[in-house]
Amino acid sequence: MVSIMSNAKPKVAFYWCASCGGCEESIVDLAEDILKVVAAVDIVFWPVALDFKKKDVEAMPDKSIAVSFINGGIRMSEQEEMAHLLRRKSQIVVAHGACAHLGGIPGLANFWNKSTIFRTVYHATASTDNPKGTEPQPKTSLDGYELTLPEFWDTVHPLDDIIDVDYYLPGCAPHRDLIINAVTAILEGKLPPKGSVLAPNKSCCDDCERNDSKPDKLQIKEIKRPHEVLLDPKTCFLAQGVICMGPATRGGCGERCINGNMPCRGCMGPTDQVYDQGAKFLSAFASILDANDEKDVERLVDSIVDPAGTFYRFSLPSSILKRKKLEAVK
Amino acid sequence: MTQRITIDPITRLEGHGKIEIFLDEHGNVERAILQVPELRGFEQFAIGRPVEEMPRITPRICGVCPTAHHMAATKAVDAVFHVEPTPTARKLRELIYNAFFMEDHTLHFFFLGGPDFVVGPQAPAAERNILGVIGKVGVEIGGRVIRIREDVREIMNYLCGKAIHPVCGLPGGVAKGLDEEHRLKFLETAKAAVEFAEFALQIFDDVVLKNKAYVEIVVGEAYKIKTYYMGMVNGRNQVEFYDGDLRVVDPDGREFAKFKPADYLEHIAEHVEPWTYVKFPFLKKVGWKGFVEGNDSGVYRVAPLARLNAADGMQTPRAQKHYERMYATLGGKPVHNTLAFHWARLIEALQAAERMVELLEDKDITNPDIRRIPTQTPTEGVGIVEAPRGVLIHHYKTDERGLITNANLIVATIGNAAAINMSIEKAAKAFIKGGQISEGLLNMAEMAFRPYDPCHGCGTHALPGNAPLIISIRGHRGELLRQLHR
Repeated sequence: MVSIMSNAKPKVAFYWCASCGGCEESIVDLAEDILKVVAAVDIVFWPVALDFKKKDVEAMPDKSIAVSFINGGIRMSEQEEMAHLLRRKSQIVVAHGACAHLGGIPGLANFWNKSTIFRTVYHATASTDNPKGTEPQPKTSLDGYELTLPEFWDTVHPLDDIIDVDYYLPGCAPHRDLIINAVTAILEGKLPPKGSVLAPNKSCCDDCERNDSKPDKLQIKEIKRPHEVLLDPKTCFLAQGVICMGPATRGGCGERCINGNMPCRGCMGPTDQVYDQGAKFLSAFASILDANDEKDVERLVDSIVDPAGTFYRFSLPSSILKRKKLEAVK
Repeated sequence: MTQRITIDPITRLEGHGKIEIFLDEHGNVERAILQVPELRGFEQFAIGRPVEEMPRITPRICGVCPTAHHMAATKAVDAVFHVEPTPTARKLRELIYNAFFMEDHTLHFFFLGGPDFVVGPQAPAAERNILGVIGKVGVEIGGRVIRIREDVREIMNYLCGKAIHPVCGLPGGVAKGLDEEHRLKFLETAKAAVEFAEFALQIFDDVVLKNKAYVEIVVGEAYKIKTYYMGMVNGRNQVEFYDGDLRVVDPDGREFAKFKPADYLEHIAEHVEPWTYVKFPFLKKVGWKGFVEGNDSGVYRVAPLARLNAADGMQTPRAQKHYERMYATLGGKPVHNTLAFHWARLIEALQAAERMVELLEDKDITNPDIRRIPTQTPTEGVGIVEAPRGVLIHHYKTDERGLITNANLIVATIGNAAAINMSIEKAAKAFIKGGQISEGLLNMAEMAFRPYDPCHGCGTHALPGNAPLIISIRGHRGELLRQLHR
């Protein structure tokens, strides 16, 4: 690997794609630590904070940026272009946050396609008043002036569908300790093997304060939705019959949702041993269902009202499923 | 020769806002528009999801204002299940919400809108950012800004799990309560927040109001458009963020409509244009007449100044004093001066901080009765809150199992989408003439949209600075005549 520790301060870039801005906020939430980061590196590109100079990035020698942190999934042509550009210019690319890592919540759009989304957003929604049936177009003319919009795709992709990714910084949004550890590891050149997820390789349950309340043999007779029960703040959610993605999810998030007395929804993605988070949860979950016969199993499984949207809440685009078959989308 | 100026800020939420300014053959502005080149389609992929999960899904619309989506969704889910939160749960939600408002609003002033004034509208771009503000007002204040933000966000982290993407809202209540130890701790933070908001208003006073040149800019025609205004009010027609009726006043300041959130479809519709991915809300009873001002145009505005214009006053005593002073200074209601959004924002931050103190002084906020389990069949519900950037509407319909069959979202920033276009065009026309385009003049034009704190600029909200721009000026054959970076 090319050394990133030269005499000059390492150059760092931040960029966003189909994301919400929460990953940017996670950097701002470093609060006073952000000043240490700013002191140690030379931020050459950060549209949120610094002059935007895409042309300047284009003018940089290839591999001259030590590391680019890219957040957001890829679902527009413009995002794809930027991802390729930054890959070319960077020694290391880090997929920053759940959307770049796994596709994230916007990846739930992969149950549909462009035309169904357009139909809903620009025609069917209750407040839309669109008698002429207008839809946004890649090219339009307004008073004789040509206007362009980037192309909207059928499918949301995690970053590594589009470019080669070196590391993954997981979470929605990533915990500040993970960000600081990642930056420190990069600065000190103490990086794990390429492809690593920069978080502990253990499950969310391993660190969970409620782990002790989990019975040795966990068994669920009845599945409850979070609003249907008073949630005990000390007891394992699964022991309360509430679906918690903890067993199939990587730890290192600080169990912040659980500290807020709500179950895990899996934003950290799976551990290293697991390829498909949803499938992993399903197999783990099946083993704890306390059913007497096949009918009982059916009843319990039926009481999971949205299995795909729950088990793949953050990971649909990076799962074995990737998306609903395009020809099956009506 | 026809020219085109592209201002491409590449800032966030539903995408990168991009301003196009078209010049005619004399080099004068003919048309200016803001394009939002991104869409994610939340209304589509909400379908099939259990409705109680929406407070955990929709915050991903915006990572800067996730609390607004979380709360609008939570209230919509209350309505879907026909359940009211317990009194203590409501207080906790209001506490979270006011903490969020206070933090978001003051951040905007110091990081985004403020630099234009504190450092100066025509100052070099490199200084027109938070660092420039600190240079002008002192390092100690910079530290204070960072600290108060962290302390207030700690309240949110404690009660919501995460400030970035809260998890606490459930139909009929909240997941987590407050104990006495934390009540006392957060009360100290709230008191500090009141002082901080007063201090921010003092800076506004010293830097803007005592500077004649700035006041002239604020009240100047370039930054004035006459529109309707919409805002949430409580039972006494005072500015309210969490729950109340929506009130609309006309460009003359007369009440035009007042309605329950559930009736929003009678009053609001959205227009579609082919050149941007956002829709343009308008007053249904007036109609969409294009990007024009006045009583006959259905264009309305939302967010801080709109809320103050649509209300009769503030809920809290200190904020009320500043409210009266603002209208006395700017010549009575309604105020149409877009730059007054900055002033109104700070007055709202003060109300939010005062409300935090009131809520935390009430010992009932530690009552453990924070959940009411829904018992009725879910159907349909509307949840509306005021986001810092304006009226935010979530509307869900479900089947009898509570799985979503229809969702409609009118996001706060787009409430101002038409007005932002009009404001940019008006300022551009005032400052760009005869092909004269200097960086300072472009910032004067850009200042027309910053008061709205557009959430396409959520990111900009974050660290040092302004919307970073690339400005390309092209001849009518598309050849590049000149390019400015800022």
